[in-house]
This record gives sequence, C-alpha cells and structure tokens, in this order.
Amino acid sequence: MGLLLFYAAATLTLFAAFGVVATRNIVHAALFLLAALAGVAGLFVLLYAEFLALVQLLIYGGAVTIVILFALMLTRSGEYEGETETRRRPFAALAAAGLFGLMAAVFVADSHQFNTNTRQPVPFDTLARDLFADWAVPFEIASLVLLVALIGAVVIGRAGREEDETFPDTDGSESASEPVRRGSRRRAERRQRGS
Amino acid sequence: MTLLHFQLLSAGIFCIGLYGVLARRSAVLVLMSIELMLNAVNLQLVAFGAFSGFGTSTGQVIAVFVITIAAAEVGLALAIVMRLFRSRGGVNLDEIDVMRG
Repeated sequence: MGLLLFYAAATLTLFAAFGVVATRNIVHAALFLLAALAGVAGLFVLLYAEFLALVQLLIYGGAVTIVILFALMLTRSGEYEGETETRRRPFAALAAAGLFGLMAAVFVADSHQFNTNTRQPVPFDTLARDLFADWAVPFEIASLVLLVALIGAVVIGRAGREEDETFPDTDGSESASEPVRRGSRRRAERRQRGS
Repeated sequence: MTLLHFQLLSAGIFCIGLYGVLARRSAVLVLMSIELMLNAVNLQLVAFGAFSGFGTSTGQVIAVFVITIAAAEVGLALAIVMRLFRSRGGVNLDEIDVMRG
C-alpha cells in the first residue's frame, strides 16, 4: 500500500515537473509547478514528515505560486509563449540526462548501505526541541535573512520609477524616456539582424 | 519502499529542473525550475533523515531552512524581474546583458 502511494505521488510529481519545463503557456507552467509541489508534499507525508508537508503546502502552494502568478500578470510574460530556444535544447537535455545517469549510478552503487533501513517517524516535540534548542542560532539568522529579503524586495521593486532608470543600453543611443519600448525595439533589431 | 526509490525520484526532479534552467529563456520560468531543484534537494534531505536509522530530525530541520531561503529568494528575484521588465521591456534572459563586460 505504501509503495502504491509512493508510485502515485512520484508519477504526479514527475509528470507535473515535466509539464513545468515543457509547456508553452507560462501560466500552465505555474499551475504545473503547484501540482509538482503538492506531489512533493505527499511524498513528505510518506516519509513521516507531516510538519514539512504542511509547511510545503502553505508556503509553496499558498505563497510562492501566487507570487509567481502575480509576477506573470505584471510582466506580461505571455508574449514569450513558444519562443523557446531550440538551438540550446539538445545541450540542455544532454546535460540533464548525463547528470541523472551519473546520480543514478552513484545511488544504485551505494544503495546496499541503506537498503535494510526502514522509515522512522520523528515526533513533533523532538523536531520542535531540536529546531528551537540545537538550531536556535541558525533559526534567528533565518529570520534576519527573511527581514533583509523583505526590505530588499520593497526597495528594488519601487526604486527608480520615473527618472532613475539605471539600466542604460550598451550602445547608449536610446533615450531614457521610453523605458518600456526599449525591449521591443531591441527585439525588432535582433529580428532584422537575424533575417 | 526503500531509500533508493526516493533518491532516484529526487534525482529525476532535480534534472528536470536543470533542463528548465538551461533551456528556457523567460526569467520567471527559470525561477520556477530553480524551485523544482530546491524541492528535489528537500526531498533528498528528508528521505535521508527518515531512512538514517537514528530517528534524527536533522534532515527535516535543514529542509525547513531551505524552504525559508527559497521563499526569500523568490521574493527578491521577482522584484528584480519586475524592475528589469519596467526598464527593459522584457524578461528574456538572452536580452538582459546590462552587466556584460
């Protein structure tokens, strides 16, 4: 029964992860990402890590995916649908397949050490005691990192709205008063150069 | 269900994420692929912790930290993406060469 559940969750996760990188519609990619993260949460449950499964669903499913969807809305990334670089795909697939082969070989060669072990649950109070006693200092530093990231995201997101567009073009010929048009003009130039 | 199952699955998710990072051009899609890779690592950590034979919680604790850093990273990276979109008019990674030497 456990094995059956594992295969179900693994199939969902792998299929959804493949959907993230293979689909042409970028909004579908975000929704596939949500499914993949939910599959990983199911695998956490199978590993007796219920707390992590909950955190995974709350933070990834509830926050990260929503933020990504907002970013997609605000950047109109949909205009890049189907514009994937075909020249680079074979190399990327080769690198990914090679790395997978390497990792699988190492794992299979090494598996005799662990194959007799069985899953062991970790009680909630043990996890909490470890997190707030042994790992107290890293925990505080993590909260500091979150605070810095929060302030940094606000500063980066709102700075230089009008006059302070601080990304000049490399040729420097275009005026800074039309910041949004630059990208499309550059694309047009590229297209001309390509043809 | 042994540790090897989880290891192979985690390696598969990681390599799919690697393919996405290398092959796609939209910055947001590359971010999503990075999230996949981070999740594969988390799965590996938790699986090692559960199958270690000691009943240790270290794997789960480190996974909590990875999730924290990933959340901070997504917030910052999407702020940078939106800033780039406002100033350059696109999030295509091949056209973002501001820091080219």
